[in-house]
Amino acid sequence: MALSFPIFMDYHSTTPVDPRVLEAMLPYFTQKFGNAASRNHAYGWVAEEAVDHARERIAKLVGAQSEKEIVFTSGATESNNLALKGVAEFYKDKGNHIITTVLEHKAVLDTCKRLEAEGFRVTYLPVAKDGRVDPDDVKKAITDQTILVSVMFANNEIGTVQPLAEIGKITREKGVLLHTDAVQGLGKVPFDAQAMNVDLASITAHKMYGPKGVGALFVRRSKPRVRLVAQMDGGGHERGNRSGTLNVPGIVGFGKAAQIMSEEGEADSAKILALRERLHKKITGSLDEVHLNGSVRDRLPGNLNLSFSFVEGEAMMMAIKDVAVSSGSACTSASLEPSYVLRALGVGDELAHSSIRFGLGRFNTEEEVDFVANLVIDKVQKLRDMSPLYEMFKEGIDLNSVQWTAH
Amino acid sequence: MAYSDKVIEHAENPRNVGTLNKDDDSVGTGLVGAPACGDVMRLQIKVGENGVIEDAKFKTFGCGSAIASSSLATEWIKGKSIDEAEAIKNSDIVAELNLPPVKIHCSVLAEDAIKSAIADYRAKQAAKKAVTEGAK
Repeated sequence: MALSFPIFMDYHSTTPVDPRVLEAMLPYFTQKFGNAASRNHAYGWVAEEAVDHARERIAKLVGAQSEKEIVFTSGATESNNLALKGVAEFYKDKGNHIITTVLEHKAVLDTCKRLEAEGFRVTYLPVAKDGRVDPDDVKKAITDQTILVSVMFANNEIGTVQPLAEIGKITREKGVLLHTDAVQGLGKVPFDAQAMNVDLASITAHKMYGPKGVGALFVRRSKPRVRLVAQMDGGGHERGNRSGTLNVPGIVGFGKAAQIMSEEGEADSAKILALRERLHKKITGSLDEVHLNGSVRDRLPGNLNLSFSFVEGEAMMMAIKDVAVSSGSACTSASLEPSYVLRALGVGDELAHSSIRFGLGRFNTEEEVDFVANLVIDKVQKLRDMSPLYEMFKEGIDLNSVQWTAH
Repeated sequence: MAYSDKVIEHAENPRNVGTLNKDDDSVGTGLVGAPACGDVMRLQIKVGENGVIEDAKFKTFGCGSAIASSSLATEWIKGKSIDEAEAIKNSDIVAELNLPPVKIHCSVLAEDAIKSAIADYRAKQAAKKAVTEGAK
């Protein structure tokens, strides 16, 4: 098969809609366009039935006890906001302390910042060099004021999978709620809200080959029953948890994507892991001074986050423009600060500037991997030939001993 | 980030990449920036007896705009006297490469690299003069 460019290796940012998902969605735009809240005619019933069916499929993927535990939202950012703000507001008489990690997505971190401004106290747990949170740190941080622990399932930049089941044991024992942003890991590594004692989980369709603009929050309904204060006022949809007309075609697509994940996720992950290993091996087989960021063992199968020493990430992305990837380099962000995730791991700024995230997914092929590996090797060599740092390194100069002129 | 055609052209076909002998008296070397900031430029000039820059080479660790800025800088200073080269402003580089505000620091670094290379050359000449005069 001929390659088509640019090759997409940025599956952590989003995924294409699986053709089977699109096919399932299409009738709900034109013929079956009813409002799922219309209780008095067939259009509404058809839409409601489709939504319920999707809810069941998603509940199954998440490991919910009941489909009633799925609250549809516009995406994971909204789910994270609803989980944190909704819990904080409801349980504020019980306590004002929230525990999270420094590695969370901005949708969690910035929501925490907002809650701090409103008088809540937030503990941001550090992570080890591989990006893992120590469950013991969670245990130690819990006080009688703690109402919620929020730890992401898998990290979007470095792919590190957190020991959620162990954390869940602790939070259950202490009677504290556990929320997880499960966006990146769901369907890709084993997840079971029930078995892991997760009380709330944010998920989204577009990271699992469904459409953008639709997500959900899993909210446990028994042992314990989790209560939320809705953040959107209106018609009282989703059992009063989230008002707003349901995005029926999006939800149908989400449901189909979830069903495919339940059935094929494991095989998908095995295939993707093999591709990632192939890419990693080829690159490190030909280039020196390439560093893997994150955990070797506890890692999303599709994630390969590498720092190419002496080469700047944005220049690298420009040089490999035939492949769509992302970088932790400051130059790719508006803030000119390198990735806070890599910094939290203790990766030095120079290596953070040199990082490239390859995110592999369902539709990547061996042929693509081989092409990308060769391209990366060639371009890194060219950029290193142009890099004063590489020349100094080769001359045996310790770059840390040089007096740099910071600017 | 969308790049101007000129940035892309320079980044893909950088001019004057390389290394001059830094121990040569007629060579001035400027090394500016810091790895932790994401850009380091090394710019070198070889100056003739007449004070004209005969050759210029660079190596840059940095983004496409940083590479383009240093590539352009070497192109401009070749054939100029060191006084003329010293008069090059970062704003000239910004204008030529159409750099967006967020990339202006790349042009500042290139200007610094030129000045630093010239300063190094002058320091070497002054030291040489001092040695020869001391020998008299």
